[in-house]
Amino acid sequence: MDTRDGDGADGAAGSGLVNLFFDAFAWILDPANWEGRGSIPQRIGEQLYFTFAAMAVASAIAVPLGWLIGHTGRGRDIAVAITGAARALPSFGLLFLFVMIAGVLLREPSTIFVLVLLAIPPILAGAYSGLEVIDRRVVDAARAMGMTEWQILWKVEVPLGLPLLIGGLRSATLQVVATVVLVAFLGLGALGFEIVQGIALRSYDQMLGSAILIIVLALLLDAIFAILERFAVPRGVRAGRIPDVRTASSGRRATAEASATT
Amino acid sequence: MTWVWENLDLIGRLSLEHLRLSAIPILLGFVLAVPLGWVAYRYRLTRGLVLTVVGLLYTIPSLALFVALPPLLGIPYTSELNVVIALTIYAVAIMARSIADALASVDLDIKQAATAVGYSPWRRFWAVEFPLAGPVVLAGVRVVAVSTVSLLTIGVVIGIDTLGYLFTNGYQRGILAEVLSGVVVTVLIALLIDRILVALGRALMPWTRATATAPTVQQGAAS
Repeated sequence: MDTRDGDGADGAAGSGLVNLFFDAFAWILDPANWEGRGSIPQRIGEQLYFTFAAMAVASAIAVPLGWLIGHTGRGRDIAVAITGAARALPSFGLLFLFVMIAGVLLREPSTIFVLVLLAIPPILAGAYSGLEVIDRRVVDAARAMGMTEWQILWKVEVPLGLPLLIGGLRSATLQVVATVVLVAFLGLGALGFEIVQGIALRSYDQMLGSAILIIVLALLLDAIFAILERFAVPRGVRAGRIPDVRTASSGRRATAEASATT
Repeated sequence: MTWVWENLDLIGRLSLEHLRLSAIPILLGFVLAVPLGWVAYRYRLTRGLVLTVVGLLYTIPSLALFVALPPLLGIPYTSELNVVIALTIYAVAIMARSIADALASVDLDIKQAATAVGYSPWRRFWAVEFPLAGPVVLAGVRVVAVSTVSLLTIGVVIGIDTLGYLFTNGYQRGILAEVLSGVVVTVLIALLIDRILVALGRALMPWTRATATAPTVQQGAAS
């Protein structure tokens, strides 16, 4: 409740944009904020811990499942329905809901559980759509050459589907990072802690400083995935088309078509 | 569950507020994304630029954006404008890309035929390209709608009355029914807006029902 009457922000807007950003960077660079309990490195560590823990569990579940769906072509409708419906779930509310159901003692595992739920749909979609967009003739050719199903999966489908899978991991990571910022409301720290505290204390340098840190972290993680996506395109494929892996199959085909004709 | 019956007016008020505050960014985002998507689709130079900027904006976590926007725009943190602008940015980020992809997916032959029968570029866009891109555009709008409704709940943190109030208030007071009803009503609102969009799509694009299988046929012919 105490966060809801923060009208004092009017003053902050008036005190000058440059000053406020200057203060925010001063807060980030203040050596006092870099050591001890609740330091910036500790918050970054917590942020990354929750992100990677959730991504690891979600990938272990969603990647094999997505490949199974993509390879066999079965269960696709269910997967599409689940990914669509999952988008409507408010992750912010789920965090509170599951922590309340599981009890405060289990708030860390139940938080990771919610993050995993959140990360599974995009990873699943990336995994199966990566296999789905592969030209069926390529798979048929592999089969005709005498490859076993296992070989087709590992030597043909997985490498060709890798860019889309990494695209799925990328958007899952983005969502998880953004949601981990909110775990501070459950008393679990991470980079959102400074925002929660900043709102309560009306310390705008702290709020803005941590917001800048969060944005930089999110952009860095996204950049890493962007690079991975680029490297994941097999050499033979890269030679043949424009690597625009974030678009859907129809989009990619259309892009290639448009570039060939204009 | 008694909590729900006793607080129906609160839930109702927050739901209406939530509906209003999510409708604005969805509509505003769509209006802004059409020209941006077109610019991204039309010219190769702007395509890279627009899609990169839009991609970077989409990367920013929502709470960080709610905190960083007010000083940049000179508005109070607790202003409704803050969440509306932030959510419009996300809406544009998603829709500009999907509109660019949608326009690119329109068959070149059709565009050439339209030009050949005398359509001006402006009319060709509105009468031929945009309607044919419609189904893909609609898919993008639906993604935006659902994620906007969900993201809006976070607005409560900076003092905007949305359904997210039921999360924070319910958690602080230890009322599970309050948090649960917040989640359920948020999902219901997302589904409601989604149904409205689907119905709008059917009304505005009656041909999509008849040619539901067309994409696969087209793909088979092209490959």
